[in-house]
Amino acid sequence: MATIEQSEKRAPWVLLSPALVTIALLLVVPLMFIVVYSFWLRTSVGGVEAAFSLANWQEALTDRFYRDILISTVRIAAITTILCAIIGYPVAYFVARARGVNRGFLLLLLMLPFWVSYIIRTMSWINILGVSGALNSLLLAIGVIDEPIQMLYNEVTVILGLVHFLLPFMILNTYVSLDGIDRALEDAANSLGANPMQTFWEVTLPLSVPGLAAGAVLCFVLGAGTYITPVILGGPTDAMFANLVFEAIITQLDWPLGAVLSLMLLVVLGAVVLTYNRFMGLGQIAKGIG
Amino acid sequence: MSTAVTLNNIVKRFGTFTAVHPLDLEIEQGSFLTLLGPSGCGKTTTLRMIAGLLDPTEGDILVKGQRVNTVPIHKRNLGIVFQSYALFPHKTIFENVAFGLKYRNVPKAQVEEKVKAAMELVQLPNVGDRYPSQLSGGQQQRIALARAIVIEPDVLLLDEPLSALDANLREDMRVELKNIQEKLGVTTVFVTHDQGEALAMSDNIVVMRDGRIEQVGSPWDVYNRPASEFVAQFLGASNLMDVRAEGAGAEKVAVELPQFGKFEVDTTQVPKGNASAKGKLVLRAEKLQLSDTAAKAPTGHVTANGTVEAVDYLGQSVRYFVHVGDEKLQAINTVGQALFDQGAQVQVHFDPQNCTLLGD
Repeated sequence: MATIEQSEKRAPWVLLSPALVTIALLLVVPLMFIVVYSFWLRTSVGGVEAAFSLANWQEALTDRFYRDILISTVRIAAITTILCAIIGYPVAYFVARARGVNRGFLLLLLMLPFWVSYIIRTMSWINILGVSGALNSLLLAIGVIDEPIQMLYNEVTVILGLVHFLLPFMILNTYVSLDGIDRALEDAANSLGANPMQTFWEVTLPLSVPGLAAGAVLCFVLGAGTYITPVILGGPTDAMFANLVFEAIITQLDWPLGAVLSLMLLVVLGAVVLTYNRFMGLGQIAKGIG
Repeated sequence: MSTAVTLNNIVKRFGTFTAVHPLDLEIEQGSFLTLLGPSGCGKTTTLRMIAGLLDPTEGDILVKGQRVNTVPIHKRNLGIVFQSYALFPHKTIFENVAFGLKYRNVPKAQVEEKVKAAMELVQLPNVGDRYPSQLSGGQQQRIALARAIVIEPDVLLLDEPLSALDANLREDMRVELKNIQEKLGVTTVFVTHDQGEALAMSDNIVVMRDGRIEQVGSPWDVYNRPASEFVAQFLGASNLMDVRAEGAGAEKVAVELPQFGKFEVDTTQVPKGNASAKGKLVLRAEKLQLSDTAAKAPTGHVTANGTVEAVDYLGQSVRYFVHVGDEKLQAINTVGQALFDQGAQVQVHFDPQNCTLLGD
């Protein structure tokens, strides 16, 4: 018979097993397939042929085309992350300082966008910035411009769409951090002679860095992996890395190349997450999401 | 002695709730003043107004004769020790203590010197490189104190600084805190709900209740000559008995208690205006002695017979609940004397000079 101690040790594993099985079947196993595929060869009719070839890796790693898009993907994700931080921080600060019912209401407002499909939200920009969209109509009506301006389908609108999509993640994470700061710390800094601005730089900002970093990692990873935003709001030259994967697998039926490209993106984003984990610990993200 | 802090008719309202009613207070330079009262009595609100963390709704606050109502907190030069210590978790202990000096244009060499001196004063000279989370609660408390005094504040404000500590540590810290305060001679305002702390540390105690001052006086005064029923009940254990007094204003006041008979209380023992015809006699529990019914009470003591109803053994002392006639009285006696069991018939006696009277 098992002792109580043994069964207590086993309990977490029993409870975790459904989740672990799901992750294994839906994440680890497919990932293994992708790794295997990346060494296989594509046949002329679009099928795959078992082999061990480094040709796909060589192509993906040496072709400047892939490298340039990887760099621009990282750049777009980085700009998006910085914009989210700059725009989101004051909002998070305001919510964290709000009291009682107000705070609940503001948090509800933050959740509201999640109730509408991300695709619909992204497409709404077409109605705002399109040639016959709201902004152009307004500018025409008040006579600022004579004919509609093409504002859509460039890198700026891609970033705009991403900021729109990712801002709540940044705000919620930063909010959690700010909310956890003991107000007495700011009072203490004040009483010791720091004015409100100095108090912010010396106390509030450094202590909110964990939340800011968690929000940044989420924004960066989700932003760099995005597929829909550049499709809807980007021009022909604004493809991001996930679009290449789609292109390779769906359009060209080149599974091995698609697998290689997926793994390249995974390595880059994985490196970002590991760096974050090294300094902050992944637990911080769980706080922000929970 | 000059006045360090003056509160002039200050009032604090939160919406329709009045936290502090018009309140006047003068705090002497270099003295240790305690605001004592149960939670919600307005003591912390008063402290926060002096600190500049709250604006008074009405009235003036003067520090060293200067009105500071409109002076923002970072320009007031006050040292505050918070209940939660409020050490900056992302800064080392050295950086924490040096924080206030950064905004006072102190040369670098002097910063080190002052921080070192402050840390030695709180007996933690070697923890400068550590972070607050690496220190125990008591050590964090000392560092919070060092950080507040290193800036040589005009007033030191302590907001229940000992309440988060263990009982034993708390008693050590209060002795040490008082020592440091005396050494520095800094005017100190201390907020607590713990009467033991208040009595042990203060030069003056302000007893507060529902946003009003009940009594201001030395620890001896508020303990032995409570000005109100509330003060008598809040500090220590007291017996309150309805009495009729005669001869108010004379040297002696004659009072009558049904169980103890007639006796006289010296008017010097009675705060002015309290010796009215009807009133309450305040008798501290430790001034009421129990003895065998046959024993002879000391001269001058008034006596009565009673029955011990409950015995509460406290180690160095015993607390008895005794039925005397219709009254249920408390007596705290030292263990050195004979112990009585529940149900025992005893004689209770006290010296009338140890009583005080409250007006009706």
